[in-house]
Amino acid sequence: MSVGGGVRVIRPGLHSTVQDLGRPDLQAFGVPVAGALDPEALRLGNALVGNAPDEAALEILHAGPVLEITAPALRVALAAWDGEMTIEGADPCVVPAWRSVTLARGTRLSVTASRGAVCAYLAVGGGFAIAPLAGSRATFVRGGIGGWHGRTLIAGDELPVRGTEPPTGPERRLALPPLPASGALRLVPGPQDDHFTAEAMATLQDAEYVVTGAADRMGLRLEGPALGHRDGHDIVSDGTACGALQVPGDGRPVLLLVDRQTTGGYPKIATVCTADLPRAGRLRPGDRVRFTLIDIAAAQAARRAQERALAATVAGIVPVAAGEIDVAALDRVDLTFGVAE
Amino acid sequence: MSAGQGSRVTIAEAPRFAPQGDAALVVCFGETIDPATNARVMALAAALRSAALPGVVALLPSFRSLLVQYDPLRRDYADLVAEVGEVLRRAQRVALTSRHITLPACYEGELAPDLPDVARLAGLTPDAVVALHAEAEYQVFMLGFLPGFPYMGLLPEKLRLPRLATPRLRLPARSLAIATAMTAIYPLESPGGWRLIGAVPVDLFEIAADPPALLRAGDRVRFRPVARAAFDALRAAWLAGEYRPEAA
Repeated sequence: MSVGGGVRVIRPGLHSTVQDLGRPDLQAFGVPVAGALDPEALRLGNALVGNAPDEAALEILHAGPVLEITAPALRVALAAWDGEMTIEGADPCVVPAWRSVTLARGTRLSVTASRGAVCAYLAVGGGFAIAPLAGSRATFVRGGIGGWHGRTLIAGDELPVRGTEPPTGPERRLALPPLPASGALRLVPGPQDDHFTAEAMATLQDAEYVVTGAADRMGLRLEGPALGHRDGHDIVSDGTACGALQVPGDGRPVLLLVDRQTTGGYPKIATVCTADLPRAGRLRPGDRVRFTLIDIAAAQAARRAQERALAATVAGIVPVAAGEIDVAALDRVDLTFGVAE
Repeated sequence: MSAGQGSRVTIAEAPRFAPQGDAALVVCFGETIDPATNARVMALAAALRSAALPGVVALLPSFRSLLVQYDPLRRDYADLVAEVGEVLRRAQRVALTSRHITLPACYEGELAPDLPDVARLAGLTPDAVVALHAEAEYQVFMLGFLPGFPYMGLLPEKLRLPRLATPRLRLPARSLAIATAMTAIYPLESPGGWRLIGAVPVDLFEIAADPPALLRAGDRVRFRPVARAAFDALRAAWLAGEYRPEAA
């Protein structure tokens, strides 16, 4: 179903993988959900290139890759809280995040990943022609499962794209670049908040934590005031949700993310509400984070509000007017399919 | 026995409901690892699978609780608790079918590096350790830690030992291990702190298979000791697709 070609990896970046909204169906077999650390950015990137919200894109951590387009023409968009793409050549031009651009075969682009977040997403029109596994194209690297051969990209990989039609219509951009939300991450207490002292619950709301270097797609180890257990830090292992704050014996919380193990044996004092999971997924080592406790009804209301805001952002996607296009880009960007052949 | 083949399980006393964030409901049946509590978890999972409540995304059974993951945009937490409670009331006795599976295991030489220590600490001969381990039938309480990693128990009292003080950084795939009241098989090469007393010739997790895990929660497992030569032959037969473990 591929028109032939896709995206060739010239330099892979630090940690580039294929991710979608995750694979919940194999958890009972011990397989982590995986998927995008920042589902909000992934959904916006997909909207910009006309994909369904759950289409798989390239997730780029820390430093971005250099890619070459091998499809006849490919519409791409970078969803990054502070990043851009540079179209290489004698006369390089910069394409900002949050807009689509159609690139002709042979174009090389270098992605400057997000400076404001650990992750950025490169969405490609039509998505990647990779067979889904249990309904998902997400990569779980430690298990070698899903995505592109179960691993991070390496130089020489060529990911086929699924688009059968040349990109049509004008390029699209967000009406306003989104502002990353700030403020405390909102937590729903539990499910094992009764394993902690009253002081621990108060500390959790008052203290500032710092994301340590022990941070990856599994979770973030946080440094800050210890959270005291009432009696012991061992529980009988049970199922984990994304966003759970698991507290081992040293009292330093670990914020579980998309590659978390399906079960865990430390008490979970509270869980980040789903509306704030995209923000949690963006955190980088050194970032400071505060928490506030809300109840389940407030968490559900927050999620509905976030969904309305995201829908409004998507509804506000506008065509890129001719005058807005960087003149340098026009020389390289193939806006009329086939001309570059 | 709580859940033999074709047995019926009484879910009985009301579980505790707790949110884990706004997209997961924990239904907790106790704080201990025991077959009866685990059978209630499995019974509720079975009842919820047939109820197919809208907006429920995944069911994740573990030792003593069921994690019900749901779409918070489609489900209200309080409504979901009420509906799960209703499923519990209607399904007070749930028919559970568990498979009985016999896995060959070689408890010899380099495949069993911790067997001498286990024997010494248990005050038994290595042969007696093997006999004890192979004589019991184990319930798969849950899969977790690694894809396809089965937590099986309960071990005979004499074999219950703590994890190694220093975990191994790498141990071979298909290692048969024990720790506390549990026995397990490492599906993949991985780090691990359990004591290695043997190996099985079959793969516990193959992503291309359906289902991808050889074992599932609720299965009853026994081990049949085999000599090294038979183990190697079974491994070759497994790889050639000519051997599957006996299941009933």
